[in-house]
Amino acid sequence: MLLSILPQVLVDGLTLGFMYAVVALGYTMVYGILEFINFAHGEIFMVGAFVGTEVLLITDAIGALEGMNPYVALFMTLIITMILTGALGVGIERLAYRPLRGAPRLVPLISAIGVSFLLQDVVRFTEAIARNEFYLNTPVLFSGTVSVFGIATIPIKGLVVIILAIVLMIALTLFIGKTKWGIAMRAVALDPSTASLMTINVDKVIMLTFLIGSSLGGATGVLFAQNYGTIDPYIGFILGMKAFTAAVLGGIGNLRGAMVGGVLLGMLESLAGAYMGPLTNQAFGAEYKDVFAFSILILVLLFKPEGLFGEAVKEKV
Amino acid sequence: MALLELQNVHTFYGGIHALKGLSISVNPGEVVTLIGSNGAGKSTTLKTICGQTRAREGKIIFDGKDITQMKTHDIAMLGIAHVPEGRRIFPKLTVQENLEMGAFFTKDKHLIQEGIERAFQYFPRLKERISQKGGTMSGGEQQMLAIARGLMMKPKILMLDEPSMGLAPILVEQIFEIVTELNREGTTILLVEQNANQALSVAHRGYVIQTGEIILKDDAKTLLANPQVREAYLA
Ligand SMILES: Nc1ncnc2c1ncn2[C@@H]1O[C@H](COP(=O)(O)OP(=O)(O)O)[C@@H](O)[C@H]1O
Ligand SMILES: [Mg+2]
Repeated sequence: MLLSILPQVLVDGLTLGFMYAVVALGYTMVYGILEFINFAHGEIFMVGAFVGTEVLLITDAIGALEGMNPYVALFMTLIITMILTGALGVGIERLAYRPLRGAPRLVPLISAIGVSFLLQDVVRFTEAIARNEFYLNTPVLFSGTVSVFGIATIPIKGLVVIILAIVLMIALTLFIGKTKWGIAMRAVALDPSTASLMTINVDKVIMLTFLIGSSLGGATGVLFAQNYGTIDPYIGFILGMKAFTAAVLGGIGNLRGAMVGGVLLGMLESLAGAYMGPLTNQAFGAEYKDVFAFSILILVLLFKPEGLFGEAVKEKV
Repeated sequence: MALLELQNVHTFYGGIHALKGLSISVNPGEVVTLIGSNGAGKSTTLKTICGQTRAREGKIIFDGKDITQMKTHDIAMLGIAHVPEGRRIFPKLTVQENLEMGAFFTKDKHLIQEGIERAFQYFPRLKERISQKGGTMSGGEQQMLAIARGLMMKPKILMLDEPSMGLAPILVEQIFEIVTELNREGTTILLVEQNANQALSVAHRGYVIQTGEIILKDDAKTLLANPQVREAYLA
């Protein structure tokens, strides 16, 4: 019995893990450039889930969703959501973080926490007025399952999450690796004042970083809503914490680390949720899965504080 | 008319008065050197020109334009290449990527390729290292990369901050030869050095800076012969 559910457990872990991974990229990109943890990033993800859900609800209300190809509907939802959450991220940076650049490190951090609460309340308030409730059910676009090699059945929505997350990660990797602005992002992360000597506008690069990170976060919100069906204004907190953890696990500031860290954390969590109960005679049930996952994290960091892919930190001179 | 002119520039770091009414000028086609001992304010002068530290008083005019309050990236855009002290190449970017960043101002692939070819002419060593990470190269190679990166923007003026620092004598020789060669091909150069002897022998004119003030200015040849300079900087 334990083995027979394994493929399912792995698929669930992958679905969750790829969502962590894409959100983790947002944390790690901003950290790489500003050495600042954007704690509001989880809420950007949450806003993405709501924007995506509203797009689908409104499309449905005007009768356009029925009969629309679900892939087209998802594509449309993702594009709209990514534009809006990208703009939101840029706006937050401009208003809440940029004026505090140069202030002691804790100050922008507090600002980010403030922005988190603000976004939660604004979403809650808006939905309460517009729909009389702030727990929303998303119109789910994909039903049914596919069988993989006859050993596992994967819900199509899970597969969609995994594939889209991979597409987003490849696109980001190519952008950062090959394009002029992508190289400039790496240059600014290494040495902003020297980068500005090469005509690179550092503020623009920072904006671009928030734009990309936030649109990826928003897209993940859409995928999350599709996968779980129900959303509320507080989903960003837990998922944000986990994604941040994944970024640290992989080595904060390192893109590959965020991707691997996310998938690893999702897997650990899924495995722990499925097997801890049976293996401990129900002494520790699935509710302890986070304890397990975080214990692993702490263990890794004890032996490798810089994270799996991080480099030992040298003090900047 | 001078290409670059600093008029009575004062710069502060908090309470430290680092530049105390500095006035210097560089004419088109010249090699001008700014010499002085450690902590005199040489790097601060270049940083103030680039807007990395702000002049609290005074004016900086480049190509007829007041650049005193402009942002660093906009100043660079006017054609001022600053090769900073300690080279400051991007260590985790490849040589190719470092050079491409030097040409960030343009989208023109052809222009970028041309710039890279030109860099290889001056620094053939970089060609072999093209896909190597900048940080894995030797100090001399990094200095070459830093200069090559500065040249990528086809600057109207190239400002070099102690390019000979920490290099073996044979490499120092090579760097100064390249300065001369670049100038012969028309590049205007502002050269900051502690190595006064060699700097003055490639420059047309020189300024001597001491604790934020210009204490001497003259033709390079005259400065080289000046007993005060000989005693203080060529000992
Ligand atoms: N970032 C800084 N903060 C405070 N003081 C500085 C800073 N940079 C330079 N200084 C001071 O300004 C003076 C000039 O420094 P600098 O321009 O670097 O000299 P040089 O390049 O001639 O060696 C020195 O007294 C130095 O200690
Ligand atoms: Mg200096």
